[in-house]
Amino acid sequence: MSKTIVIDGKVIPFEDGQTIIQAATAAGVYIPHLCHNPKFTPHGSCKLCTVKVNGRNCSACTFPASEGQNITNISEELNDDREKITQMLFVEGNHFCPSCEKTGNCNLQAVAYHLGMTDNHFPHFFENREVDASHPDVMIDHNRCIFCTLCVRASQQEDGKNVFAISGRGIEKRLVVNSPSGLLRDSDLDVNDCAAHICPTGAILIKRTGYNVPIGQRIFDHAHIDTVALAAEGASHDE
Amino acid sequence: MTNKKVKVATVSLAGCFGCHMSFLDLDERLVELVEHVQFDRSPLTDIEHCSPDCDIGLIEGGVCNSENVHVLREFRKNCKTLVAVGACAINGGLPAMRNHISLEDCLNEAYRDGIGVENAQIPSDVELPLLLDKVHPIHEVVKIDYFLPGCPPSADVFWKFLTDLLAGHEPSLPYELVHFD
Repeated sequence: MSKTIVIDGKVIPFEDGQTIIQAATAAGVYIPHLCHNPKFTPHGSCKLCTVKVNGRNCSACTFPASEGQNITNISEELNDDREKITQMLFVEGNHFCPSCEKTGNCNLQAVAYHLGMTDNHFPHFFENREVDASHPDVMIDHNRCIFCTLCVRASQQEDGKNVFAISGRGIEKRLVVNSPSGLLRDSDLDVNDCAAHICPTGAILIKRTGYNVPIGQRIFDHAHIDTVALAAEGASHDE
Repeated sequence: MTNKKVKVATVSLAGCFGCHMSFLDLDERLVELVEHVQFDRSPLTDIEHCSPDCDIGLIEGGVCNSENVHVLREFRKNCKTLVAVGACAINGGLPAMRNHISLEDCLNEAYRDGIGVENAQIPSDVELPLLLDKVHPIHEVVKIDYFLPGCPPSADVFWKFLTDLLAGHEPSLPYELVHFD
């Protein structure tokens, strides 16, 4: 008899060492997330995957599954919190979807759709952030960075490099590039690196590919992020 | 539904009228709509000010100058339900992409240093509304009741939203109709 947790009344098996989100994904239960990717060490920073475990809020991507957990994933309260978090991400950066080539393929946007978000609620920061288009094949638009660190982790754990890091704290934090000039062109990032393709928003883009797939035929134009994420991430858990 | 027609006012602030054009994409459904709806202040009617008893106000565009703020406040005062229509009303949109450039630099680039500008001068006629230093979404100025995302929202979005409201339902948009682009 395998060990089980309960998510929204559904009994879900888990193995020792699995986090709640890993067990949930393997069982076909979607927990909203942005900074989590099953390939990499969990970061626990976006807080979208916050669930109630026996009445206490925990990040499902970092919290280990264990026997006796009664977990709430979908509730009005949790989804309201998730919507507010997503709105804060939208107002902190400069996310103008109509002029972003990632639109329709963007996880941030798709999570917002999933949560029924139609406005940004908070006053916008309209901060001045830079664009680094120095690399021949890859560009960074810092306006759209949500500091999920997926590129940092992908570079270290998948590419065996150390191209990206987060510098500064709190509202001062920024994605930085590990090169003498601070420019992407002088780093050892290659267009085929995992780190160049992992960005969940339009912050890191491959040049000259933005409109290969027309708007209207993109991933989230017709498919919900829960289905897409479970199909992609459920498979990688089974490996 | 009572026989009294619902009064709808519309305006484009710092927008491109694309949302209004999309609204007109309702095409023959407009005929059905005007059986239940009477247009008040709107570019479609050329009425200059809102009646005090408007039911629905549709606002396209964010606020980029003092006149936008006055108009937006007039709509809020006179419309029972105020709706932010399109990306610019919701987050400032394309006009808000000037927000990281100083107003002085924007004006200089457009009216003094731009290529091909003759008799360069910054427009300063007293009739012209003053520009705000930043373009703002309308929810930062007045309370907004509903948001219709999209650039522009499709005619189907307007149709679903308005028919829901007219039928007395809480409006809700299916997944296919919610787009930020």
